[in-house]
This record gives sequence, structure tokens and C-alpha cells, in this order.
Amino acid sequence: MIEVLDGGLSSTIQDDGRFGQYHIGMPPSGAMDGFAHRVANALVGNDADRATIEMTYGGCDLRFDENAVVALAGAAMDGDLGEESIPMWESVAVDAGDELSLEFATTGARTYLAVAGGIDVEPVMGSRSTYTLVGIGGHEGRTLEAGDRLAVGDSAADPADLAGRSISDEHVPEYDETIRIVLGLCEYRLTDDSREELCSTEWKVTPEADRVGYRLEGVELDFEPREQPFGAGPDPSNVVDLGYPVGSIQVPTKPIVLMRDAVTGGGYATVATVISPDRDLLAQCRTHQSIRFEAVSVEEAVEARRRRRERLAEITEGLQ
Amino acid sequence: MAAERIAHKDLPEPRYEHGADDYVFVELDREMSFDANFRSMAITQEIAERDLAGVEEICPGNASYLIRFDPEELAPDELVERLKSVAAETDITEYRWETRVIDFPVLYADEWTHETVMNFRENHQDPEATDLEYSARINGFDSAEAFIDAHSGAPHLVTMMGFVPGLPFCFQMVPRDRQIEVPKYVEPRTNTPSRAVGYGGAFTAVYPVQGAGGYQLYGRTPIEVLDVDQRLPDFAESIVFPQPGDVLNFRRIDREEYDAIREEVEAGSYEYPIKETDFAPEDFFEAPDEYNEKLLEGLYA
Repeated sequence: MIEVLDGGLSSTIQDDGRFGQYHIGMPPSGAMDGFAHRVANALVGNDADRATIEMTYGGCDLRFDENAVVALAGAAMDGDLGEESIPMWESVAVDAGDELSLEFATTGARTYLAVAGGIDVEPVMGSRSTYTLVGIGGHEGRTLEAGDRLAVGDSAADPADLAGRSISDEHVPEYDETIRIVLGLCEYRLTDDSREELCSTEWKVTPEADRVGYRLEGVELDFEPREQPFGAGPDPSNVVDLGYPVGSIQVPTKPIVLMRDAVTGGGYATVATVISPDRDLLAQCRTHQSIRFEAVSVEEAVEARRRRRERLAEITEGLQ
Repeated sequence: MAAERIAHKDLPEPRYEHGADDYVFVELDREMSFDANFRSMAITQEIAERDLAGVEEICPGNASYLIRFDPEELAPDELVERLKSVAAETDITEYRWETRVIDFPVLYADEWTHETVMNFRENHQDPEATDLEYSARINGFDSAEAFIDAHSGAPHLVTMMGFVPGLPFCFQMVPRDRQIEVPKYVEPRTNTPSRAVGYGGAFTAVYPVQGAGGYQLYGRTPIEVLDVDQRLPDFAESIVFPQPGDVLNFRRIDREEYDAIREEVEAGSYEYPIKETDFAPEDFFEAPDEYNEKLLEGLYA
């Protein structure tokens, strides 16, 4: 078992996500930065779908009741394991009784702690991911608090073989400020100038940036004037309520990018979608940080997705 | 009124739009109509039946639908071609489904949503009126009472699920000239009570949990649309109760009945009055009021 001594600012248990329920309004949840989550799992010999602890901005303090192997990936966080400082992107052996104490993230927003065997909570609808809005998954459907006790699953590997593994520097991601998007969905609603401004503006991440969505601040985008269609509502930003892709950018006035706990649908015009590999990068953008959108084609988006998958496969193979 | 029929709407060419690498969004129409919605349901059911490799989520919408897929298994353009061929083979005049006609009690102008409404007047188009009074006025009703009579006077079809788990978007089963249409709040509220019944655009929504919201608020239901612990017998199959294609009959109740039903819901013993029947769109289009009456027949027996 792992005892939570301090849950940090906002830490939840997440895996790859809960799919197949979007049509009832259930978002996938799961790790916001799927790349870091998977690398953390690979470092401790876990399959990609094991649950990790996602820590936002501030790290947890944990005490381990038993020997374990852990790894940190994602946003850089300083911390101590017993008397030693703990490295990022490297697996580390933990002795029974050790305390792990993590500080604030210095670059990036989200750090993943994987434990060999994975955090073992009861799956809900096929996933261990926490979805706090309705209180399901993870540990009691909520963020971690002092006093919580977390079980660790069985690991197939010998702990002695797992510790001290790291990935090469070239694989450690740089949290770039350029986020690639594909224009589309209801982008016909924007004026030509606003469509251009979406990609030329330096957008600032506002404090309203969480697992549901990232609200951005920059310029005011304008809509083409029209007589509103029946059922949409009178505001020019309104459309007849429709499904929102995860990663889609809607424009009530200030843009909101939907993340892993997305609202699954609604009545605001969606104008573009962040490509799947770059949703990981956006999840590492911090409040007040600036980002830019770069429009790419669907083919380029699929190619970027393929490269991300191959890179993850290369990392996993390199560790075996 | 009984002689009124619902005219079919000629739908435009659908728009197939890519949501980055892993979504395709299909807009069947920009405005809401039963034709667009029935087509969304029929096409998404057919896609589900074809069980296409690579398709991961199929989400029917009011006048559109959304597909999530793995583009490395099924190329985006290939998926669009498949969707177009499903569309070409789908004829909604032959489309029927088994529907559930469900009693949906609502305490209109309840104290909880009223308090919320009054707390957020500065977010509203008309700070001097309640949401019910405002909606009545802009839709040409003499009073909030008359407006409530209209809202509860004909059943509503669940045309989409979403926003949050269990939330049904409902479209009233009346001709266009009797449809209620209202704007959303100027600034969304940061709070809405759970089980609030609201309205935005041409849709009624039932809020499953407490949270933000922008719909005009009219009342509160004692029954649940989401039960994550699946305590209630009607949630044995799923944590959410409504499904697209369900017919909800919003029935005006008083506080006494609200409390009685709420007590049963909290005890986990409440069973939703449901009538199962076939839904025949053509009969509905032909004579909606008579058809609605027939749908409700026996529900309260």
C-alpha cells in the first residue's frame, strides 16, 4: 500500500481513459499528457494502460508500506525519496517505509508517478481514470487527500531488473508553445480575419484551465453575420447543440480548448481541433503561458500521430 | 389544432468535417428539425451495426453526429466514404424504432431553481423578470402559467445526450410554429441545482448534477437521469437513464407529490412509469397531436 501524506494541489489517478461512453455524455478522462503517462509506465515495466498518479502543479507526499519501483515523467518536479533527490524520467527503487516528497513543477503543469504494477483501484466502466464531476473511478472518484491508502497491482517483472532504467535525452519532450490544429467543424462561422487571427495571435492560458478545458485570452474573434438557424439560439456564437471532439476549440467569445474531462456536447460553435499528439503538449502548458496555434492538414495530423506512437514504441523497446 | 401536421424538411447536402486526426463531425443541417434528428439516429444505428474496424465512438446529435476513430486503422478519407455510403442507403421514411414513453414529473417554479435564478439576475437578458416570465413573454404567452401549460402540454423527444453524463436534450413534439425558443443566459451561471429542468435554443435539458449552466431554468424534477451507483431499478443496465429516441412527458406536479417521489427515489425503490411502444415517424408527421395522445395512452393506466 501507499499512504498519501499530502495530496498536492490536484492529484488524481488516471489511465489511458474510458472510451465508448461519449454518446451518453461521458468524457474519456485519463492522463492529460498521455505521452508522459505512458513513458512513466514503460520505465517501471508496466503496460501502457496501468494507472498512474497525475499531479497538477504541486507534487504529493507519499509513504510506501512495501518495496516498490517508481518513475516520474512529465513536468519537471524536484523531490526527495528518503534522503536522496529523485530524478525525472528514470525508474527508482523504493524501500518499505520510504517517504517520497515532491515539490512544485518547475516547467510544465503535470507530472506522472508510475509504480511497478500500477495503482490498483477498481475499474469503472473499463477504466481506472478519475472523473471528478460525477465522482467515479480512481480513488473514491476524487482528488487525493492526506490519509488515502492506495493499493499497488502485481508486477510481472523482477523489481531488481526495473530500477535505474532511463530514457535517452532525445526522447524527453520539450514542452513547445506551438500547438497544431486542424481547422474545421463549424469554422465557417468565423470571419476571414478571425480565422487568420486564430493562428496568428499569441494566446495566453487563463487561470480557468483544468481537466475539462483550457480557456485562452488574446483577441476577440468575430462571427459572420447571419440569421440564426432555428433551434440554435440568438447569439452569433450559438449553433444547434452538437457533439464536441476532445481537443476541439469552441468560441463562446474567448476560445476554450476541451481536454480529457470535456463536456461532450453543447451549443457553441467549434472552429478547430488540436491534433491528438499535441493535446499532450497543451496539457503541459501553464496558466499565463503563451501559446500559438499552427494550422495543419488532416494528413499531417495523422502523420504526427503515427510518429508519436512509433516514438513510444521505440522508448518501450529500448527499455527491454 | 388536431389537423396540424409537421411538414418534412428537405435537408441540405451534409457537411463532413475533420476534427483533427481522430474525429469526423457530420452536420446534417444547421437548423433543428425532426428530419435531421431521425436521420442522425438512423445513420448512427446503421454505422454501429456495420461494426467498422477502427470506429471507437458513435455519438448521435440533434442535427449532426460525431465519430471518433483510429486513423491508423481506418484512414480519415476512407471513413468519410463509408459514412457517405451509409447515408446514401438510409431512408428515414422506412425508419422505425422501439421507443419508451416515460412519465417525467416536474415541479415548475420550485424554490431551489427560483433561488438560483434570483442569484444570477445580473447574468440574464431581463434582470427584472424570472426565467419563466421572460420565456413566456418572448414566446407570446400571457403568463408563466400559460407557458408551463405549453411546455408540459405535449411530450418531448430525446434528440441527443451529452454535455455531462445523463443530460438529455429534448425537442418538443409539436409543429414548428408551436416550438418554444429561448436564448441562453448572457453569461453562464456558475451554479445550477441538480435535477433542474432548463431550456436553451429549442431544447429542454435536465441537469444531472449540480454545476455551471446557461439554460433558462423552469423547475426541478424529483427523479434522476444519472445514478452512478445504479441503486435505482431502472438503472440496472446503465448509469444514465434517458436514451436518444425516448419520449419524455413532462408532467406538472405539486410539492406534495415532489416530496413523495423524492422519498422513494432516495430510498432506491422508485420505478419510472414507462410504456414501451413502436415509434412510426410518418404517423407522427401526419398528425402529431393525435399521435402524441396515442403514445401517452395507457401510460397512466
